Order: sequence, then C-alpha cells, then structure tokens
Amino acid sequence: MIGIVFVISVGAFYLIHLLPGDPAVVILGTGDSPVNKARLYAELGLNRPIYEQYFIWMSHVLRGNLGVSFISETSVWTTIKGAIPIDLELMLISQILAFAAAIPLAMRSAKKPDGWIDRFLSAGSFTLLSVPSFIAIVLLVLFVSIDLAVPHTGVSSYVGFGTDWIGNLESLSLPSVVLAVGSFVVYYRILRSDLIATLQEEYITMARSKGLSQRRIMWRHALRPSSVALLGTAGVNIGGLLAGGFIVQYLLDIPGLGYTLITAIGLTDYLVVQGIVLVVAVGVILINFFFDFLINIADPRISRE
Amino acid sequence: MYVQEMIEETALADRPERKKKLGVIFWICVVWIALNLGAAIFANFLPIENPMNQNYALVNAGPSLHHLFGTDDLGRDIFARVVYGSRVSIEAGLGAIFIGFAIGAPLGMLAAYRRGKFDSMLTTFMYTFLAFPAIIATIAILSFWTPRSLLKIIIVIGVASIPLVYRVIRTATLNVATKDYVIAAKVQGATDRRIMAKELLPNVAPIGVAFLLIGIATVVVLEGSLAFLGLSVNPPTPSWGNMINEARTVLQLNPWLAIFPSLAMCLFLLSLNFIGDRLRSHFEVTESKL
Repeated sequence: MIGIVFVISVGAFYLIHLLPGDPAVVILGTGDSPVNKARLYAELGLNRPIYEQYFIWMSHVLRGNLGVSFISETSVWTTIKGAIPIDLELMLISQILAFAAAIPLAMRSAKKPDGWIDRFLSAGSFTLLSVPSFIAIVLLVLFVSIDLAVPHTGVSSYVGFGTDWIGNLESLSLPSVVLAVGSFVVYYRILRSDLIATLQEEYITMARSKGLSQRRIMWRHALRPSSVALLGTAGVNIGGLLAGGFIVQYLLDIPGLGYTLITAIGLTDYLVVQGIVLVVAVGVILINFFFDFLINIADPRISRE
Repeated sequence: MYVQEMIEETALADRPERKKKLGVIFWICVVWIALNLGAAIFANFLPIENPMNQNYALVNAGPSLHHLFGTDDLGRDIFARVVYGSRVSIEAGLGAIFIGFAIGAPLGMLAAYRRGKFDSMLTTFMYTFLAFPAIIATIAILSFWTPRSLLKIIIVIGVASIPLVYRVIRTATLNVATKDYVIAAKVQGATDRRIMAKELLPNVAPIGVAFLLIGIATVVVLEGSLAFLGLSVNPPTPSWGNMINEARTVLQLNPWLAIFPSLAMCLFLLSLNFIGDRLRSHFEVTESKL
C-alpha cells in the first residue's frame, strides 16, 4: 500500500512535468526576458534535477505543505481543505440514498426472480444504467428544477452546512440524487443476483423449514453472505465518484474537489491540479482499504485464506 | 433413493440453461446499433441537410415534417446534427477500445499463460496504473495538449483503458489456462502459439466481446463528459455531447435541442449495454457446460 502511494505521488508529481506548457510563461506571460525567467526558475527550484525536485516537493507534502498557487496566491492545502467537506457530504448523502433504495428493492426482486416486480425493476435499473449523469442533470433541470424552483445552478446557490442547513441540503439535493441513482443501479443489480444465489443455499431452506419469517431470513441470514461483492463494488464505485463526480459538480457549480480541479485545469494552475490529484488518489486508496476491511467483517473467511 | 437425488441434482444444474435464447430485445438492440453505424458511415449520402447550414429564418423551431427534430439556436437541422454527431461518439468508442484491446488483450493473455516473473511484474505495474485516478489524468492531459483533435482524445482514452482490458482478459485467461484441455494440448506437444490461438482465444473471446461492447459504451459517456468540459471536438463539428452542452443555454426556449441528442445517446448506450450483458450471461452458461 505504501508502494502504491509512492508510485502515485511520483505520478502526480510527474504529471505536471508531462504537461506541455511552461510555468514561467504562465506566471510571467509570454515575451518576458530570459533573465527574469531564470530567476523565477531558481526561485521555484525548477532548475534542479527532477529527482531532487521530487524529494523537495515530497518533504513539503509530508509536512502538509502542498505549495502556494501561482494564480490565486493562496495555499493549495487551504483550497483543498475548503472543498473536501462538500465532497464528503455529497458522498455520504448519495450513498445513504443509494443503499436505502438498493437493499430493499434487491430483496424484493430476489424473493421472486422473474416475477413482474423483478422484471420491472431490472428493466428500469438497466435503462437508468444507460443514462449518463450529464444527461440526467440536463433533463432533471429541464423537467424538475425549473418547475419546482429547486436551486440548481450558480456557485451562489451552494450554501454551507454551518450557515443554513436547510439551504445546504436543498442545494445538494439535485447532485445527490443524480449520484445516488448512478450508484443505486450498480448496487441493486449486484445484490439482486447474489441474493438469488444465496437463497438457493441449504441453510436458507433450513431456516425456512424452521418457520422463520421471510423478513428475518432476508435480513439475518441472506444479506450478509450476499454482500461481499456489493461491498467490493461500492468501494470501487465511491472511489470512482471521488474522481469522476467532477461532471456533476461542474454542471451544478458545487465547489467540491472536482469543480476546483476543472477550474484549476482551466487556469493552468499546476500546483492545485497536482495537489488535488494526490489527495484524490490517496482518498481512493483509503476508501478501498476501508471497504476491504468491511468485506472482512462480512466474510471473515476471506482474510484467513 | 440415491438415483432420485442424482436426478434432482442434474435437474438443478440444468436450470440456468433455460436462458439460452438471446431474445427479441437482443436482436432489436443489434438492429438499432447497426442502424446507428450505417447512418454514421453513410451520413454523406443520406438525404439529410448539411449539419453546418445555418438558417436564421428558422431558429429554435420545434419538430416538423421539414425538420424532423426541429432546429437549434442557429437554425441548423437537429436531425442532421444528431446523425453526424453519432460519428464522433462511435469513432471515439471504437478507436479507444481498439487501442486498449490491441495492447491490453495480448499482454493479458500472455501474462496469464506464461505466469512467473513476467506476469507478476506486468500485473503489479498495471494495477498501480489502475489505482491512479485515470479520469483526472485524462482531463489534465487533454486540456494541456492543444490543439485538440478526436485522434488525441482516442489515444488518451485508449491508453487509459489498457490496464482495464488487461485485467479482464488476464482473469478470463487464468480461468481457462488451468483447464484440462489446455494441459492436454501441452502434453501433446502443441506450441505455445498454437495453444494461445486454438485453445485460449476461442474461450476468452466471448468475455472479451462482452467487455468490448460495455467498454465502448463507457468511452461514449466519457467523450460526452469531455464535451461538457469543452475538451472534445471543437464546435461547430456536432457531437452528441457538444449538442447537449450547447442546449443548456437555451434549455427553456428549445428543450428539443437537449432531448433528441440525449435520447439518441441513451438508446445507443442502452443497446450496447444490453447486448454486452446478454452476451455475457449467454456465454457464461455455455462456459460452465464445458
């Protein structure tokens, strides 16, 4: 795991050097004198060998210093710190919604596979799977937001949780629902097929013959053994949302990490891009780690193997 | 008693094979994809308007006989733009996945067949690649790599998809490589090349095809997302993503401009996903029969 973090840090660092464009040109503009350029290079440490630059950068990063943006001249870490809570909140709300819908509906489907409810839900989830988030947003804005006056656009429409929590939840409702639907589809389909497989096991027949209620069988006996694949997918999916939720944030002007990243790329704000790539990559790894841990709780046999 | 149990067991085992038919919807999806492909290839010869023609006498018109899907804010025919727009999506999807498979699939098969040091090194490398948020790297590289062209988008997404293809193909090959018939072929003295081509490939290919279709769908979505960030083909070249993005500014005035390309994209994705999913379940059944 430390190895992966190391490789990613090298990747995030080197990404900036892979990109065409000269930071000196970004800061000084084109056509400045070579003397000024050389001075700036010395100031930023860009004239040193690249591995030395990496170690200097890494030692700063380990002390929590991601540098100061050329463009806004504020600390990169401050920018990121301001965006992280928004991502966490968005993630939390959308995942709670997704699981709250996926688990009961998957159980309903698995109870009678190929029954009309199952067919309806499967077809519906499959259709939703094919609606990209940006289309969902445009159509939701068109058909729901404008009519119901749900705030949906403009940085000004985003309200912090501390200042006004009702306003905050309102401004996050649309992105949360879009992200939740995307996750729900994936979770529902996986949990449904695993539940169907689990319900054919002998111990379920045993539980049935003991006369346990359907609900108790589902929640106590079938859910846990069926949730290993679900948890694994959820880990990958949430990590993907952290990196891939940018389009939702960008379209709805939610100033989370994705939005900040897109803005920074637009401004060629190298250090902010670098910082966010690093934070997101580490975040993805931590999330996967956390879900591996949950999988081990759900099925302790896996860690013993 | 024992015989009775055995009959019951075989009956149970046979049950999944009931789903062997691909079904009507599957073929509707295939026809739809074929129609899309045909329209994209032969768009120049079809009796539709030039997607670049602007007609200021008729802007933001609703659907009519003359303009089936209406016109956009510059008076261009939406139907023609949807048809021409499919070219970008289809080219991006096919091109990127082609790169991913051309490099990822042979490597994945070779690694799973040879195992050993080669496999473990390559797999470690690919998995580290996977841990890196590829989508961010894609956006960053595309936004700084100017001037933008469809070819660059295809290359960047294609390279980013290599480790994914590698993982799927390697896992699929691993399942096959340990089967008895592969060992039998080895014992008979078949060359590695022959085993790969005659024993492994036919058994890995179905999984590869299913993944290929779903992969194309993913790339089409990604290209659409890039269009929203202004990182896809430059206007006025139509693409589905570009059109939906342009529609955002005139959403209330002309909802048709958003609805038709969205519909075209969703139906295309739905068909691809459906075919891919059906093929996967279809071939998994036959695989367990072997």
